Amino acid sequence: MPELLSDSLTGLLVPALVSALVPLALTLKVALTATAGACALGVGAGYALSRRGLPGRDFLDAVCTLPLVLPPTVIGYYLLVLFGRRGVLGQWLQQTFGVSLVFTWQGAALAACVVAFPLVCKGARTAFEGVDQNLEHAARSLGAGECSVFVRVSLPLAWRGVLSGAMLALARAMGEFGATLMLAGNLPGRTQTLSLAIYDAAQAGRDNEAMFLVVLTSGVCVLLLLASGKFLKLSPTT
Amino acid sequence: MALRLNIKKTLRSGAREFELAAAFEAQGRSIVLFGPSGSGKTLTLRAVAGLMAPESGRIELDGRCLFDAATGCNVPARERGVGLMFQDYALFPHLSVAQNVGFGLGCGLPGLFGRLDAAGRSRVAELLELASLSDLAEARPARLSGGQRQRVALLRALARSPRALLLDEPFSALDPLLRARMRREVRSMCQTLGTPTLLITHDPDDVAEFGGTVVLYDEGRVRRVVAFRDGPEGGAEGGPGARALVLGEHFKAYG
Repeated sequence: MPELLSDSLTGLLVPALVSALVPLALTLKVALTATAGACALGVGAGYALSRRGLPGRDFLDAVCTLPLVLPPTVIGYYLLVLFGRRGVLGQWLQQTFGVSLVFTWQGAALAACVVAFPLVCKGARTAFEGVDQNLEHAARSLGAGECSVFVRVSLPLAWRGVLSGAMLALARAMGEFGATLMLAGNLPGRTQTLSLAIYDAAQAGRDNEAMFLVVLTSGVCVLLLLASGKFLKLSPTT
Repeated sequence: MALRLNIKKTLRSGAREFELAAAFEAQGRSIVLFGPSGSGKTLTLRAVAGLMAPESGRIELDGRCLFDAATGCNVPARERGVGLMFQDYALFPHLSVAQNVGFGLGCGLPGLFGRLDAAGRSRVAELLELASLSDLAEARPARLSGGQRQRVALLRALARSPRALLLDEPFSALDPLLRARMRREVRSMCQTLGTPTLLITHDPDDVAEFGGTVVLYDEGRVRRVVAFRDGPEGGAEGGPGARALVLGEHFKAYG
């Protein structure tokens, strides 16, 4: 009896693990690339939006928040229009560098980056607004230029909030489905991330595989949320 | 220090409106702006430091134009060469005492990462020695007492040998015993380093200690300017006379 149980376990688990490895690796590659991009853009945008003198701040804030509320398919469609074979940026990329983002993992990363961007931007903006303005004024009166104020005062005091936003962005990028499907498609081994693989497995009736992937994805996301919460709780002065 | 100032600025918050229209000329080692809370002293100080741009007028320090609405001149805060000590000290919580004091000495790319050259490091050590803070060089501001924090803020502002040191209500947050001691300490430190001071306060005892030229503020206007004589070592002389003067003054803000 125990042998039969362990046989059926390995019979189920080993193939499931193997089939999950490829989309898992791809998902991590896509999500990490997307998060890096979202951090670079989001920290810059969040800092700009936290400045009180910025003209059209409310409008720019709305634009930066848009990917959070738009259906991912809408974002995917925009990206397809821009980066597709006949899109303005797509044609430019094709002619200048000879590359196309459609049906590539880089395309999937771009889609995930756009969707994850508002989370970094919002987190960074809140964190930068929480930095005591007098500290930035003090740095200026001590001869620091704006760049120096950012690197030496604002960012070191806001980095926990920024990192917390980056964690949320990573979790969001890992779960990206709609926009990725529109731009990069669902090619196993090339652009099929975990969420796409789950959809595939469920559609094809491979229930065990789908369940395994679902539990795996949930576990990773819970870990990321725990880490994000931890960074937010720690006070910025310690 | 010679300060010539003539500025206008209107602040609105909801239905309330405050208009600052201050004009005065003052000279000497010590200038004190005295007046009730909300009479526009802090706003004036921020305008001199370059943290706030007036709507109109002109600010001139030692003959150098810092701000002139007519010619569009507005020197950025980092190039004004004045030290500023905030009421709440505004020490950088993520930096050590030594890094706080040396903040303004680092320049160029190494400065971006808080690195100091040999001259900068020895300047910081010399200043910390002067204020008996050498043992706390590596401590974070959160660990310091109120008096120690004020010393660090003072050294940080003086490290770059500014043309003038601006002090915003520097002693109001301290308890009375410490206040009297820090008042003497700050003044003697500024005299030792030869830095003139522009102090704003609503405490008559501050006026008695710092003296010099006293500018009386009331409801956004300068009421009058009283100059006390300069002391023997180039320090300004205030004393009981200055204290009696501001106590005898009738301020409209107090009804």
